[in-house]
Amino acid sequence: MKETINFLLCGVGGQGTILASDVLVNVGLAAGFQAKQAEVHGMSQRGGSVTSHVRWGKVVYSPLIGAGEADVLLAFEKLEALRNLKVMRPGSLALVNMQVIEPLTAISGDQAYPSDETLRKAFAQVTSHVEYINGEEIAASLGNLKVANVVLLGALSALLESGGQAGAGLTPEVWLKVIMERVPPKHIELNRKAFQAGREAVGK
Amino acid sequence: MIKMLSGNEAVARGMWEAGVAVASAYPGTPSTEILENYALFPNVYAEWAPNEKVAVDVAIGAAYAGRRGMAVMKHVGLNVAADSFMYASMTGQEGGLVIVTADDPAMHSSQNEQDNRTFAKFGRVPCLEPSDSQEAKDMVRTAFELSERFDTPVLLRLTTRICHSATAVELGERNAPAAEPKPFPRNPAKYVMVPGNAVKRHPVIEQRIRDIALFAETFPYNRLEPGGRSLGILTCGVAYQYAREVFPQASILRLGMTWPLPEKMIRKFSQSVKRLIVIEELDPFIEEAMRLMGIAVEGKSIFPITGEFDPRVVRESAITAGLLPESAHFPLPDVETGPLPGRPPVLCSGCPHRPTFYILNKLKVPVNGDIGCYTLALTAPLSAIHTCGCMGAGIGVAHGAAKAGSPEHHVAVIGDSTFFHTGIPALVNVVYNNSPVTTVILDNRITAMTGQQENPGTGRTLLGQETTRVELEPLVRALGVRHVQSVPGYDVKAIEKLLKEYIKLDEPSVLIAVEPCALLPEVRKRWIPLEVLADKCNGCTLCFRIGCPAILKSEELDEKTQRPKALIDASLCTGCEVCAEICPRDAIPFRPAEVEMEGDAS
Repeated sequence: MKETINFLLCGVGGQGTILASDVLVNVGLAAGFQAKQAEVHGMSQRGGSVTSHVRWGKVVYSPLIGAGEADVLLAFEKLEALRNLKVMRPGSLALVNMQVIEPLTAISGDQAYPSDETLRKAFAQVTSHVEYINGEEIAASLGNLKVANVVLLGALSALLESGGQAGAGLTPEVWLKVIMERVPPKHIELNRKAFQAGREAVGK
Repeated sequence: MIKMLSGNEAVARGMWEAGVAVASAYPGTPSTEILENYALFPNVYAEWAPNEKVAVDVAIGAAYAGRRGMAVMKHVGLNVAADSFMYASMTGQEGGLVIVTADDPAMHSSQNEQDNRTFAKFGRVPCLEPSDSQEAKDMVRTAFELSERFDTPVLLRLTTRICHSATAVELGERNAPAAEPKPFPRNPAKYVMVPGNAVKRHPVIEQRIRDIALFAETFPYNRLEPGGRSLGILTCGVAYQYAREVFPQASILRLGMTWPLPEKMIRKFSQSVKRLIVIEELDPFIEEAMRLMGIAVEGKSIFPITGEFDPRVVRESAITAGLLPESAHFPLPDVETGPLPGRPPVLCSGCPHRPTFYILNKLKVPVNGDIGCYTLALTAPLSAIHTCGCMGAGIGVAHGAAKAGSPEHHVAVIGDSTFFHTGIPALVNVVYNNSPVTTVILDNRITAMTGQQENPGTGRTLLGQETTRVELEPLVRALGVRHVQSVPGYDVKAIEKLLKEYIKLDEPSVLIAVEPCALLPEVRKRWIPLEVLADKCNGCTLCFRIGCPAILKSEELDEKTQRPKALIDASLCTGCEVCAEICPRDAIPFRPAEVEMEGDAS
């Protein structure tokens, strides 16, 4: 692997980005890396943008990722994906959840929410490693919208394996162990299914 | 055992390991989670104080009584507590006294980005600064040991990036000092700061800070990392991490104690390298101290004095200054996304503050606001906050404007927790010096902005114990306000009627808008979403003007007006019925009474 892998997670408050970044930093630790995580913007309860940085590496100093240095983007929402595109490393890996959460500026103001075409065109200018996923649809098919974040983590795990960025120590079992430590016992089976469904969604 | 801990969780763990006897704080981002986490340990005492000054006095009292006392606050909290901080430095104490200041470079959640290292220098108090969570934990014990050894308060300075970053921490054992409190000291020469005693204490504390400066020369957290001789970097706090990452070859002197400074160590380091720079966020604090030592050094001529650093800020500044080659630059993607709609934080759906601001906007009065969720009413469409400076400021500002002959009737808006914090003396002034200011207290029974912390109006303590609830209306009456009335927070008509009446008075008035925060767990249970009757809605857009995130534009246009009809997002709607109250066409039905009762019963 590279010396470090820099993950940028973005979304809107309430989407489970904080749990996802907590999982991600602990997966890094469990896989034998040094790992750090920084909650960059956390207006989670008031509908604001949420951004979090996670870094894995042999040695990790800074908890923050500088603009242009994010190797992996995990975007929970389309507008936030587009907003954070400008700080990605060209050629990086992006996993974009196709959920739309319209901000008030688009509802009561006159600003337009970007179209899918704008989104796809912009991402194509930065990298060819983009996966679009519908986490809510998959979560709904499992009967609980709240596991969409675990669906995304499952998808991310599969993409990291196929891309070879994370080395051999990073097995699905490592991810599942960390996730299961963070969900209520009655939802363990549901989360296992969600993780697996995420892996399959990008494995085609 | 190794655990991923945020800096705040790590400080809480460090407090437990060090055996803090009394911990007091006022919630404030980025410091809030310290006491929340500390309160989860068994057999500890932790409390929310009404403000930071009280918190520091409480910690001082514990330390005078011979136990370890700690006060925790965000950077601007230390302004409120400055008086107490300064006398504590004069007296010293019997047990350890540590004050945590969580500074906020970049102002993620603050009105300024003041650098509180200056307070340490100002108060002749040592300042410790961790660079990660491990050090944040370990430095709590170190701070108490330093405090007890030198008979001084110690400032433990964190920043947002330390508080809210998670890094691996090796947990330690609890090793608390003996729990037997000593008899309370009768030592007026040391603890009664009348001028005659204080003049004798001043030389003592000047000698104390010189002694600590000598100690700093061998303080293990002042750490030399030798490297190449061409570049030497002095740094501290999280900036150390960026320095290490961007300059892997350089020699680094990482200061874990940023006041007082180890002059000999710094001098020796500066002589060992060709070019000397300081990488520190915010003020040129170390840089200026070095200049006073007569050492030639660069700092703010290279790195920004505003905002927070990250690897890019440090790298780009270094490239510009010729410290790194152009090839060190990380390119940004060449992409045009066009203008993107912003996503500023907004008042939550169902927020009980919304009706008040909807009416204030309608009445077009000047509104002197305060710090809390309700500051978010400054943005469109509510646009009803016209000043906001610091906690407790609004009432005094409104009074001053009225006394200056401002031709409009001023309304001061303040939350319940902020009223307890510093609002009460300001309202006393409005009564005492008689101005026709209308004060609105938005009483949601909780400190909501920082994430639902208990306050004196909640009826419950930080440790979860039931307690006396301080009632606002009798309190306001007792201050001498003759026109005071509590109104349900969601009652748009009652708020409008009363405000219209109050803004015509020529004496003080107080409206208390009472409704618990919609995000409280017991309130969430009562959420019942409303619906828009599409055949009745004509797209008049009135309901959009309350700025509720649960009210969306539907894709269906009204035939006549050709404007989008309203649509309610059931996943966000709490059923507060404010939109139903203002809809002129009854297109949003109130929830039926029996449903409400069912909801209440759950």
